Amino acid sequence: MQPIIELEKVTKRFGGITALNNASLKVNKGEVVGLIGDNGAGKSTLIKTLVGVHNPDDGDIKIRGDKVNNWNALKAREAGIETVFQDRALCPQQSIVWNIFMGKELKYPFGFIRDKEQITEANRLIREIGFTSKLINAESPVGNLSGGERQGVAIARAIYNNAELIILDEPTNNLSLNETQKVFDFVLNVKKSNRSVLFIGHNIYHVYDISDRFVILDRGEVVHHLDKENIQSPEELMKIMRDTIKSH
Amino acid sequence: MKNNKSFIGNMFHKNGRALGSMGYFALLMIVFLIGAPEAWMRPNLHQSVFVMMPTLIFLTLPLVFLVASGEIDLSFASTYAVAAYVFAIMAKSGIDPALAILAGLMTGTAIGGLVGALIVVFRLSSLVASLGVLFLLRGIILLLTNSRSITLLEIDSHWIYPVLVGKFYGFPMQIFWAAIFVIFCYYLFTKHVFGVHIHHVGDNSVSAEQMGINVNAVKIKAFMFVGFGAALGGIFTTLITYTFFPTQGFGYLLLALAAVFVGGTPYWGGLGTIVGAVFGVGIIAYMEIGIVAIGWSGTWRQFFNGLIILLALLGHRLHGERVR
Repeated sequence: MQPIIELEKVTKRFGGITALNNASLKVNKGEVVGLIGDNGAGKSTLIKTLVGVHNPDDGDIKIRGDKVNNWNALKAREAGIETVFQDRALCPQQSIVWNIFMGKELKYPFGFIRDKEQITEANRLIREIGFTSKLINAESPVGNLSGGERQGVAIARAIYNNAELIILDEPTNNLSLNETQKVFDFVLNVKKSNRSVLFIGHNIYHVYDISDRFVILDRGEVVHHLDKENIQSPEELMKIMRDTIKSH
Repeated sequence: MKNNKSFIGNMFHKNGRALGSMGYFALLMIVFLIGAPEAWMRPNLHQSVFVMMPTLIFLTLPLVFLVASGEIDLSFASTYAVAAYVFAIMAKSGIDPALAILAGLMTGTAIGGLVGALIVVFRLSSLVASLGVLFLLRGIILLLTNSRSITLLEIDSHWIYPVLVGKFYGFPMQIFWAAIFVIFCYYLFTKHVFGVHIHHVGDNSVSAEQMGINVNAVKIKAFMFVGFGAALGGIFTTLITYTFFPTQGFGYLLLALAAVFVGGTPYWGGLGTIVGAVFGVGIIAYMEIGIVAIGWSGTWRQFFNGLIILLALLGHRLHGERVR
């Protein structure tokens, strides 16, 4: 089976610091991969390299088996990869609808925006994600929303394009229990429709619950690829992670 | 009615700044009307304003795009003269004035693009870098022309002259061109992907980049548009006065910038209003001409300009702080 995306021996340096060292990772169709590691292990750098925000200094990125050149954020989205970034990547002064369609606007010829269509779609999406407040509609500015609601906007953006791979970087940070459950439901729905998720988190319990496979990152290196079948409990996963950090 | 509050809230969020500038404009009109009703009733006051307004509109509206994208440009006041110079020298040497206008517009756009690329690629401060370009270009113009002006007396015999700056039932044609420009800018800013990207880039360029928007390209295009607007202003003024003069445009530098901010576009990026900027231009133009027209000494002009700018900024403060 062809993986949707593959990183092969990717190295990324910032000045004198090696943030990623020979890191390899792949995500297959229909699986949920949990990427874990301590703070500063390079999780976000790996994600940003994967989706073209950073350019790797060395190594290859392959999409459905084909090596890509001049990889960038737009190409990643066009290839069916959507990311919910840790910082949500929102523009708080703009409306929900503009944020949902940011970078992938629905357009008429000559670049004019399909306003009404975007608003209808955005309203449908925010109901689907489950915004509770009745006061919120697609034209409200994102700056008025709570942290959980902002996460909802970021997720709505990721699902609109029917992406084959959705990358969630620390999606449960600062969320209530209820909102966290919504994120889990969302991940399970994506999996059910035979699409893939790459789930990044430092809460081992969250990652353990929903992932099929785990990748452990430590100081820029991928140190373990583990199948869930071989791990009995989140505690065991935690132990493996601690041991690797110690032995390093 | 359950969404009533949010509806009003959204209306205010979307249009509050434009409505604010409209309010200040109305207020200024009332002050003039009460303070000097006779001068106010004289049509020539409004005529002079309408001669000045189109040029300011050509300069100001593109600046709204640029300020909303999180940058600023001062060099436009010199680009104005360079574009007008290219037009004047070509028309003077016998090239078809329509072509000369096209060349002038292209020059302005190209200068804007270069200034933008310089600032974006080398990550310079747009305020300081464009200040440098402002002086540099003005210097080049003064050197090239030897500080002498160029007169184009025969220009009105060409078909393009009445089309651009002729009279239509007594109204100067440039008013219609400015109106078309306003409508064009409004749709470009609010309904076109370029305008939408301008908002995103100015609001949070990191987010925009992560979502696949080419931040540098958007900013360079905004600088190009400012250059284009400056060229339009310079060429129209040269046509109206039949003269290119090397210090041309300098006087518009602060007026156009004032119009942007008085018009309700905040300095921090991500927000802007075309409609507001049009009223901003109205306020600035009436201030410039009105003070003298009502019989006050011209020495009061700058004082009142300053007062109006400060009052307008304080008023726009009511629209709140930057949301994060």
